[in-house]
Amino acid sequence: MTRAPREPAAARAIVRGDRRALARAITSVENGDAAADPILRSLYARAGRARVVGLTGPLGVGKSSVLSLLVAHLRERGLSVGVVAVDPSSPFSGGSVLGDRVRFDRAPEDEGVFFRSMASRGAAGGVAVTTREVVRLLDAAGFEVVIVETVGSGQVDIAIRDIATTRVVVLVPHLGDDVQTLKAGLFEIADVFCVNKSDLPGAELAEKDLSELASFSPPRNGWRPSVVRTSAVTPAGIPELWRAIEAHEKFLDDTDGRGAMERRRLAQEIVGRARDRISADLTDRLESDPELRGLLDRVAARTLDPRSAADRLVRDLLREP
Amino acid sequence: MVRKAKAAPIRVLIAKPGLDGHDRGAKVVARALRDAGMEVIYAGLRQTPEEIVRAALEEDVDLVGLSILSGAHMALFPRVLRLLRTQGGAAIPVFAGGIIPDEDARRLKRLGIRAIFGPGTSLDEIVQTATKLARGPA
Repeated sequence: MTRAPREPAAARAIVRGDRRALARAITSVENGDAAADPILRSLYARAGRARVVGLTGPLGVGKSSVLSLLVAHLRERGLSVGVVAVDPSSPFSGGSVLGDRVRFDRAPEDEGVFFRSMASRGAAGGVAVTTREVVRLLDAAGFEVVIVETVGSGQVDIAIRDIATTRVVVLVPHLGDDVQTLKAGLFEIADVFCVNKSDLPGAELAEKDLSELASFSPPRNGWRPSVVRTSAVTPAGIPELWRAIEAHEKFLDDTDGRGAMERRRLAQEIVGRARDRISADLTDRLESDPELRGLLDRVAARTLDPRSAADRLVRDLLREP
Repeated sequence: MVRKAKAAPIRVLIAKPGLDGHDRGAKVVARALRDAGMEVIYAGLRQTPEEIVRAALEEDVDLVGLSILSGAHMALFPRVLRLLRTQGGAAIPVFAGGIIPDEDARRLKRLGIRAIFGPGTSLDEIVQTATKLARGPA
């Protein structure tokens, strides 16, 4: 198809600022409904303008409280904000308690904020499979800043790295000694470290450890993470946190880091989608296609090994028109 | 309207309107609905009807559950129903739990609260009713 299809009504409504249409489209995207496809396709060109801030960190460090204060701060500055707050789905029931709204304090008539809770629905990494596309909807709807709060993260839940333009890792005092900061994973993705609950003793030490980590490590694409202390009790440090985020966003603009980052992610996304489709198709054909079923039979009978069978499969696949 | 795929989990908002601070019941119900496979948006204490309706619409829930023990249900529930109607959420069923006298319960049901659970209701009953309300007429 060379021409873009006509924009569906739902997409036009979202662009117009229809919040109900936006809410429904998010549900469709989450559920993988066919209705989501044309909406995502037609809104794609409108997305890409929002600053996307990721808030991640272990459970209980105060991500939701920092989020609430940060949104209030951004509203005071006149910026519209979309929020996606992810909580885990139960691996047992599939159910979920999404509790991030509890900390969220905001005037209910404020149209400049849209808050959506999301369940992770079985995905590892701290966000749901569809979080990226939900962010894209909020972006296309015109929210200037989109904040994604992840599931309380472990050391390797770093999927937010490929969604946010600025990644904030929220920590608290006494999470561990300075050796913890040397470990791989979570500490490597931060553009900004936020030491929350800084009204508690030990905040200075935590800040010092993180600052040392930042100054000793080689800069990543030219950026050294900054460290900010916040408290939701006093409250303190929120304007400083936003300044740190803005500084990183400005750095991306000044160095063309944004374009390079975006290209890398889009390549990943395209390949990922193609891989999912091919994978589903191959899985299906391995049972339904008589020739390929023979391949599986031979591997099952141990007359052929899985690697050689995979090579055959790929050869077949790449030969196809 | 396109019906949801069967696999899509039910989304339900659990909120406590008004000023009482007794959220044990709401939490137990939230937990039971979670264990039944629902996605429960837990809005917590001291929510105004405006906040509740806004959350219900933004979260695109299939169902709203209100818990109240302050006695202000006759003031707050009708307001939630009215706001849902005027803001495009008329189709979202609302159920309630708490200390609600029988006579008030009858009036609230006439106003559109779909189910009311008093003390001693089994969690099974709540889960079954909530599922039926959310899935709509089969």
